[in-house]
Amino acid sequence: MQTLDLAQTPLRELNAALHAQASQTNQTAWQVLNPQGAHAIACGLDAPIEVTVKGSTGYYCAGMNKHATVHIEGSAGPGVAENMMSGTVVIEGDASQYAGATGHGGLLVIKGNASSRCGISMKGIDIVVHGNVGHMSAFMAQSGTLVVCGDAGEALGDSLYEARLFVRGSVKSLGADCVAKEMRPEHLTLLANLLARAGADARPEEFTRYGSARKLYHFDIDNAY
Amino acid sequence: MKDDIPRTAPIKSATFTDPVNAEIRRAAATGIYDIRGGGAKRRVPNFDDLLVLGASMSRYPLEGYRERCDTSVTLGTRYAQNPIQLDIPITIAGMSFGALSGPAKEALGRGATLAGTSTTTGDGGMTEEERGHSEKLVYQYLPSRYGMNPDDLRRADAIEIVVGQGAKPGGGGMLLGQKITERVAGMRNLPAGIDQRSSCRHPDWTGPDDLEIKILELREITGWRVPIYVKVGGARPYFDTTLAVKAGADVVVLDGMQGGTAATQDVFIEHVGQPLLACIPEAVRALQDLGVHREVQLVVSGGIRTGADVAKALALGADATAIGTAALIALGDNDPKYEAEYAALGTTAGAYDDWHEGRDPAGITTQDPGLAARLDPVEGGRRLRNYLKVLTLEAQTIARACGKNHVLNLEPEDLCALTLEAAAMAKIPLAGTDWYPGKPGTTY
Repeated sequence: MQTLDLAQTPLRELNAALHAQASQTNQTAWQVLNPQGAHAIACGLDAPIEVTVKGSTGYYCAGMNKHATVHIEGSAGPGVAENMMSGTVVIEGDASQYAGATGHGGLLVIKGNASSRCGISMKGIDIVVHGNVGHMSAFMAQSGTLVVCGDAGEALGDSLYEARLFVRGSVKSLGADCVAKEMRPEHLTLLANLLARAGADARPEEFTRYGSARKLYHFDIDNAY
Repeated sequence: MKDDIPRTAPIKSATFTDPVNAEIRRAAATGIYDIRGGGAKRRVPNFDDLLVLGASMSRYPLEGYRERCDTSVTLGTRYAQNPIQLDIPITIAGMSFGALSGPAKEALGRGATLAGTSTTTGDGGMTEEERGHSEKLVYQYLPSRYGMNPDDLRRADAIEIVVGQGAKPGGGGMLLGQKITERVAGMRNLPAGIDQRSSCRHPDWTGPDDLEIKILELREITGWRVPIYVKVGGARPYFDTTLAVKAGADVVVLDGMQGGTAATQDVFIEHVGQPLLACIPEAVRALQDLGVHREVQLVVSGGIRTGADVAKALALGADATAIGTAALIALGDNDPKYEAEYAALGTTAGAYDDWHEGRDPAGITTQDPGLAARLDPVEGGRRLRNYLKVLTLEAQTIARACGKNHVLNLEPEDLCALTLEAAAMAKIPLAGTDWYPGKPGTTY
């Protein structure tokens, strides 16, 4: 286990050390102490390493992650795992705004609640939120899956494309072109797999699926408002 | 009424002109605003309204063709370990793969590399055609994040965070489904054939304070190696430049309203934003007020056509210029040799702007394989290189006439204005006077 203490080590040194790990590194386990809300911790990782952050983080922790597993033992600031490509990011606490925004792949698990704009413009990432998500979540989401074990705020899935949304609790309101859809067997299988990977104590049958009505796929003046 | 009584000559309205009436009829028939490409077609005060004051007695010129006049520019000297070194003060502005064909992107890369300058990606991400042929490539980080990939981010020579575009400050974009081929769709994570909407704001930050932290993230990911540009549309240049500098930009890119676009609402193109001429002095004033003029470089774009435009922009305080529409014309866009095909599309060479429809006879603003194959990227690159060379020679010869041994030594004192409007906007004297209209506190 490699340990770096942000109370002693500058952020630049931390990220440079993590970036230096090639795909074949044998230094696979890293620990970051005293994050104290610092921004851009462990962003841009590109190796199959495991990083545990012992505390809460600021903006953009694990941004653009590839291959790595990042575990945040606290809460995460805005933009956690933004534009993630692959790998896994797990947050024990809550996540602030735009968690997993524009993520292309990988799995983001938020064991607490997520604030507004969770999964905004997501492009293939899978996000599992054990708690609730705020307003405008999955806005213009293109692909991937957002699972909300709690409730969703206003305008869920506004103007979304092909992303799949599953909500167990209530939805305050659906955004433009977002509709409830039939839960078919393949969706139950997909959801069961994601819930298991995310360690979420919920059954797929409890969820409602939401997706695009596809009425905005081609510009139509009647859709303007 | 007798036939021999003279009648009042028919007079067409100066307000309801033929083009205005045609647009009213089109709107009435369709119920939708016009979407098109290109830039503003209306005349606005521009660099033609300025003149260069060559040297005679009070200033000493340099010998044309003989005495050296440097053109090199370094961008990103504020924080980046590896600033961008350009041989000429003219770069290629961001234009997306999707809006442009693969051969067009390759041609831009070839031409720019031959001329010793950079190209810039666009909304569709980085293509091998462009990376492979651009010695220096600026990677645009756009609100939509279509084609965004950290691997591409790391192999870019600079990163340009796009906050606004001159043709549509505050507006998003729409790439219509007919241009979303399988390849374009794959790069943008979308099903083929559906409209692609580009958001007007970044999804994961909401203001200049957030931008500062976003820039930190990008620098951490790229090891602080490459310059970070921030591109703003020319609407509120003083404040936008101030905030971009405050957020930590190495370079501010300022795009005036004559800047081009692949597709947006005509009403946006013609009515939103300010002419580049009016924007540069305000951006320079912001840099000077912050004490970072020349430390944070200013790249300006939006209607640059000639070496005179380049020289005048530099004289107003810019460090470099960028061209978009002019580069496409250099490649062969709107070439009269395709006149019959333009006519078949209901337009004419020089006026074709339905770039979003993907039927460009020149093969530049299209994803149709047959049309795209019409553009030879090697020949296109040669033409672009020639054009860039001419722009540079023109700017150099003007600079020499003003006694400058580097084009960046041009200064506002080398200019005068032909019109009151241009004098007020550019904050230089009206020709033949020492009067600076619009310059408060002066007695000129």
